[in-house]
Amino acid sequence: MHTEVFLNGKFVGFTDDAPHYAQQVRAERRKGAISNSVNVHHDKDSNQVLIEAGRGRARRPLIVVKDGMPMLTDKHVKQLQKNEITWTDLVEQGVIEYLDAAEEEDCLVAFDEAEVTHEHTHLEISPVAMVGLVTALVPYANHMASSRIIIGSKNQKQSVGFYAANFNVRMDMDVNLMHTPQKPIVNTIMHDIAHYEKHPAGQNIVVAIMSFRGYTIEDAVVINEGSIQRGFGRSTYFRPAQAEELRYSGGLMDEVSVPDKEVKGYKSEKDYRLLEGDGIVYPEAKVHEDDVIIGKTSPPRFLSSLEEYSLASNIRRESSVALRHGEEGVVDFVLLTENEEGNKLVQVRLRETRMPEIGDKFTSRHGQKGVVGIIVPEADMPFTANGIKPDLIFSAHGIPSRMTISHLVELVGGKVGALSGRYVDGTIFASEKEDDLRKELASLGFHENGTERVYNGETGEMMQSKIFIGNMYYLRLKHMVANKIHSRARGPIQLLTRQPTEGRAKEGGLRLGEMEKDTFVAHGASMLLKERFDSDKTVVPVCEECGIIAIHDPYKNKRYCPTCGDHSEVNDIEIAYAFKLMLDEFKAMGIYPKLVLRSKY
Amino acid sequence: MHKELEEYKGKLPDKLLEEIEEKCPAGKLKKVVAKVYEEYEQARVDPGEAVGLVAAESIGEPGTQMTLNTFHFAGVAEMNVTMGLPRIIEILDGRKEISTPMMEIYLKKPYNQGDGIKDVAEAIRQTPAGEFVEEFSINVVDMQIDVRLNKERMKTAGLTTAIVTKQLEKGLRDANVKVKDDDIILKLKSKDVKGLNELYALREKAKGVYVKGIKGITQVLPVKRKGEFIIITAGSNLEKVLELDFVDTERTTTNDINEILNVLGVEAARTSILNEIDKVTEAQGLNIDHRHIMLVADTMCASGCVKGITRYGVVSEKSSVLARASFETPIKHIVDAALVGEVDYLNSVVENVMLNQYVPIGTGLPGLVTRQIKKKE
Repeated sequence: MHTEVFLNGKFVGFTDDAPHYAQQVRAERRKGAISNSVNVHHDKDSNQVLIEAGRGRARRPLIVVKDGMPMLTDKHVKQLQKNEITWTDLVEQGVIEYLDAAEEEDCLVAFDEAEVTHEHTHLEISPVAMVGLVTALVPYANHMASSRIIIGSKNQKQSVGFYAANFNVRMDMDVNLMHTPQKPIVNTIMHDIAHYEKHPAGQNIVVAIMSFRGYTIEDAVVINEGSIQRGFGRSTYFRPAQAEELRYSGGLMDEVSVPDKEVKGYKSEKDYRLLEGDGIVYPEAKVHEDDVIIGKTSPPRFLSSLEEYSLASNIRRESSVALRHGEEGVVDFVLLTENEEGNKLVQVRLRETRMPEIGDKFTSRHGQKGVVGIIVPEADMPFTANGIKPDLIFSAHGIPSRMTISHLVELVGGKVGALSGRYVDGTIFASEKEDDLRKELASLGFHENGTERVYNGETGEMMQSKIFIGNMYYLRLKHMVANKIHSRARGPIQLLTRQPTEGRAKEGGLRLGEMEKDTFVAHGASMLLKERFDSDKTVVPVCEECGIIAIHDPYKNKRYCPTCGDHSEVNDIEIAYAFKLMLDEFKAMGIYPKLVLRSKY
Repeated sequence: MHKELEEYKGKLPDKLLEEIEEKCPAGKLKKVVAKVYEEYEQARVDPGEAVGLVAAESIGEPGTQMTLNTFHFAGVAEMNVTMGLPRIIEILDGRKEISTPMMEIYLKKPYNQGDGIKDVAEAIRQTPAGEFVEEFSINVVDMQIDVRLNKERMKTAGLTTAIVTKQLEKGLRDANVKVKDDDIILKLKSKDVKGLNELYALREKAKGVYVKGIKGITQVLPVKRKGEFIIITAGSNLEKVLELDFVDTERTTTNDINEILNVLGVEAARTSILNEIDKVTEAQGLNIDHRHIMLVADTMCASGCVKGITRYGVVSEKSSVLARASFETPIKHIVDAALVGEVDYLNSVVENVMLNQYVPIGTGLPGLVTRQIKKKE
């Protein structure tokens, strides 16, 4: 039977013996006669041989198995250890080859060496190679659902840690730095490979799995106040501000300085009090909202040719950089430099120490995130018979539905590691056995299942059930309430619509949207609905004759219609400003929106 | 009717009174009827209740939980029905062409017992000529197609060469159909046949010509349901199916609402809307109160034909310009209203929200009517 052969998706010819043909191509590849980036796949359903050499295929390395024996031998391993050969040499020798998704369909890959039979074509280099760098950092990942592994690895990317050793001379936007990060007790091989100890991102803490007066509801965690005072989760938040001396046409330019009182838009003397002679704050100044950190003035915006040389041009415009609403911190670092265009550039880095507070987000490495529900004084925390108080209490309700058994295994592993003073290996598919950990824990004088007798911290009563308590590596995530908290009663409005501004940065309102409006209507709460939508209400005069919005002259306290003159009757009505805007738009379209007024009573 | 029930006549629906009389022992009749009346009054909707909006919310909220599942018939290939949200949208939009039309054909007595059910079903199915042909051979010399028929299959289907020839003649306008011996010969009418390609095209077309069955019904599946055999079909043609003498016309249905409207009228279409929506919500395990759906179905059918909840359907019938403009295509509605000088009396909800006035619903609805007494001077 003829089998069609395709190269990079293009038909090139026929073969009579497809399996043999595909095997031949592979043999040539292993010999190095053709490029090792070529992959062959024999599709039996459509009777085609597909050879691919193009880009964009995800490929992974595997050890070639020949006649039931892996090509990689002890000799190779020894040579590798002595640095006599490299990875590339193994690929060139055909010991290791890369397979794409299509060729994998033709292969039988053994999971480990003991499994290899004559039918196998390849051997997994290591089970860890199946997962990526961050995913490999999840301990005991073979004891959890794949979806949770993904969440767990994504969480680690958001953790607050020691992100760069030269942080002190960097001007990163919006970064957090943990003060006392630690290396995890329960680690994986990837922690060694990636030198995790050089940039750790969490801390080993004592975790109890129990509830605490309802403050663990909906995944919330309870934190020991004493632990925070001892430095748990403490971090610094850096945020730089910058100002540039821009050049404008006509030789005018911005100027970094303490603004004069004549400057248009001058704030108040109090706001500029922290500026030094050069118009920039001094380092270590404590700054609060509205405080100016870089004083700057700009030339006036629009210059007519006549004004350009007149006295009026001396009136400059205020354009300082000030702290926004709700911001505060300490000036950490001031940098004076030049940018690519040669303009003077001022950068000021603000620093703020962030202690864990209610609403901050914490997580273990198993996709078990939660926000702080309450911070409990150390004296009120439950304690074990040994006097150990947990740093964090985690709700047991988080476990059954998510099935993150790894979370529990890590807790036991962490306990063993902490008690015996060693690291525990939790590498995926190659970890220390749970049974061994249990035995070791028992030999250390604890219950092999990790539970302990616990007493109520407030009453001193012994708790009825034993509590699962041990050590875990916990991460503080960068989502902190301090950056998100927001409320508004009155505040800025938009110029066009007279409705409240949007977003936290602009101190905006929280929108009561269309569907939320519907709930008011469904309840028949007509009065309440009107009140809620009163944010842009206005009183406008309307001409009774032509039905168009009239004019109110506050000086003469007279209302008159611009089209009908003063003889027509004009009455005030209360409408949403947005509706007045819509009427204006109709007029712009050439449509005459006539309002017919009728007495409400 | 009992004396105790007599006084509730007109206050309670007759059907309810009958049910009470039938099911309730005479001694307790008075108490029961009083209780029923109390409950009935409580269940009534108050004036000013936003029934439409509550219906919309009550259908919309569980709608978010619906999956895009299609329902599969076990064992039969390629027979699936649109269910879930897409089906709901299809019904409420009042589409003329639905994505998976389907019929449930009930049969009259001897036929629904299962004997020869397959033959009955096959008789309904629309079958292309290709299924009765042994071979279509292209005769290059004479530039014609020789069609050799499969006599055996035709016999079981009750077809003769004459019927097939007639159907082919009807289906292939641009070809001459002749019978020679047992074969049918197809020849293109136009004199200057340019090449084989045209013959190929003719052959493909001939394969697809329907020679038998009811138009539109592409698949049939006999199923046993509650002790009798019925036929489920893919594709629908209610009018033609009801004409068949072995079909139970009272129970046979289709899921094509527009077809029901044309064959049986609006009331049937309204009931069909209710049934079809119920079918979806039941399959999804949702619990939507029947009365919400009734309100929607009533609105759709109020004009005497089925109108969808779209800008061309129900919404276009709203009297308020601003209400129409706030739904979809505002500029079109505003411009059209301006051309005829429409007046908006601000009688409904959306308009008043736009103006920030009290919405005439709930607390905003009642007004105080009072007579002013003029002071005598």
